[in-house]
Amino acid sequence: MKNCEFQQIDPRALPTPTPTPPHPHQGSVMAEEPRRPRRKWEVFPGKNRFYCEGRIVAARQSGVLPLTLGLILVTSGLFFTFDCPFLVKHLTSCIPAIGGVLFVFVVITLLQTSFSDPGIMPRATPDEATDIEKQIDNTGNTSHRPPPRTKEVVINQQVVKLKYCFTCKMFRPPRTSHCSLCDNCVERFDHHCPWVGNCVGKRNYRFFYTFIVSLSFLTSFIFGCVTTHLALRAQGGKGLVFALQESPGRYPLLTNVIYDFLMELVICFFSVWSILGLSGFHTYLVASNLTTNEDIKGSWSGKSGEDVTNPYSHKNICINCCSVLCGPMPPSLIDRRGFLPSDESSQTGGVDIEVPAAATKSEINVCTQGTKGLLESATLPPLLTSSCHQGKPQTAHTCSDNSAALNSDPSPALSTDCGARHTAGSQGDTSPSHHTKTHSKKSQSAA
Amino acid sequence: MATEFHNLQELRHSASLANKVFIQRDYSEGTTCKFQTKFPSELESRIERTLFEDTVKTLNNYYTEAEKIGGQSYLEGCLACATAYLIFLCMETRYEKVLKKIAKYIQEQNEKVYAPRGLLITDPIERGMRVIEISIYEDRGSSGSSSGSSSVSGSTAR
Repeated sequence: MKNCEFQQIDPRALPTPTPTPPHPHQGSVMAEEPRRPRRKWEVFPGKNRFYCEGRIVAARQSGVLPLTLGLILVTSGLFFTFDCPFLVKHLTSCIPAIGGVLFVFVVITLLQTSFSDPGIMPRATPDEATDIEKQIDNTGNTSHRPPPRTKEVVINQQVVKLKYCFTCKMFRPPRTSHCSLCDNCVERFDHHCPWVGNCVGKRNYRFFYTFIVSLSFLTSFIFGCVTTHLALRAQGGKGLVFALQESPGRYPLLTNVIYDFLMELVICFFSVWSILGLSGFHTYLVASNLTTNEDIKGSWSGKSGEDVTNPYSHKNICINCCSVLCGPMPPSLIDRRGFLPSDESSQTGGVDIEVPAAATKSEINVCTQGTKGLLESATLPPLLTSSCHQGKPQTAHTCSDNSAALNSDPSPALSTDCGARHTAGSQGDTSPSHHTKTHSKKSQSAA
Repeated sequence: MATEFHNLQELRHSASLANKVFIQRDYSEGTTCKFQTKFPSELESRIERTLFEDTVKTLNNYYTEAEKIGGQSYLEGCLACATAYLIFLCMETRYEKVLKKIAKYIQEQNEKVYAPRGLLITDPIERGMRVIEISIYEDRGSSGSSSGSSSVSGSTAR
């Protein structure tokens, strides 16, 4: 491991703690190199992947997106290679053209759904989170119970409860829901679609809707073409099997043709009904300005006998459709390509960084800070200094802790080790890795 | 951030951050972006009520303009749909144009009205459109700065 820079363990430079660090480069910033301005996507706390310097965002779990793409590609490929030539010869040359347009449309909208920001809400800055905490404490302090973490707002004369999101440290705006798979709050959350491997929300719902509608057109089209193809071949009156068997004269690969037919027929037959059903369902949702999430929960169905209607609906099917599908495209709220401000703590750091996370990080990274770092550590919050091996008294303290944990390490040896490391660290180039708890045994044998 | 950096820097050097006020969203008319015009008590000694309300109302009007559903947005939407939404890759939407206007307006307001009073508005787009963040600054001499800001300056000195 390289000589680490002090700033690296600065809690404010760390992202809000997540189980896995959001970016692999985090632990290896060079000390000698001038600090490269980092972009915000590099420390993004959600479970997302970013490509092309943050231009493209996708969920970390891509789900069965490869399968979806594969099915579309295989079916269309078979259609274009086996059915199209025959149909062009016997029917019209429009067929490959229509198929081609639909296919391109489907693939583009699928990729856009998968690789765009669904409408992720950035997490609250520490200041905002403290402000909300204050508000919560002020409102419901009548009993000893902790104050309720909900807020009621009136939307179009209807009371809507806003829930507090403990991960994002804010009250979720209306229609926003937290996706556990992506670990983000998503605006106008529809659902997390494993088939496209992304959340479907405010910003990519129109892509998704166009995708399933065009896909239903494509599958019905292919299904129709394949059946026509079979019918035309069977027209000789000798039946379907003969139609297939007749082929080897023209097609040397008999089995391929049969498999082609079977595969296309099976894929289309099953997908046509499910995709048509899905498009129908989403058309209903669009027309009534609902989300799948609200529909499943029955938020506005009025089952409880109350008079509830969807407060977001424009009460007109046409306006609802237009506003959902043709409304202005909202901007992405996570400024992925923006630079992290070097002097502003509030951007990514959490207010309360979990001690274990910070401790392990500092244990790995701290050791070779040198005297400068020692001086600076005076200004650091106690959290960090307690877990760093700096200065004699502290070293002795932490080392004895370590030895207790390791159940037979001689603590004096370790503490001198720490002290030695520290002086060596001021020269600036020892390997720091053996300072961690888990490695201290190894380090002793190495020493 | 870049738009008001110059301004921020000046304030940072001469004053320290004392408090932050957050103006919350007003959801009474649905999920369109609108902020509450209620005057926060923390600003009472700093700025006139009318000035503050003017700013928030202007911002609200800008957002309404950006999110208005009408002929132009339909045209834009249909055109985008016809091109499989590829047009979004190369075209600046109306929303983005308005956002630029908003950034400019906020910078202007900061320079003219807020910075002289020791206040700074942060563009809501940087806070996920949830809040308008108003930072209140104080002279370094007049009151002890918070521990947070001192350690910030310590770590950036390197």
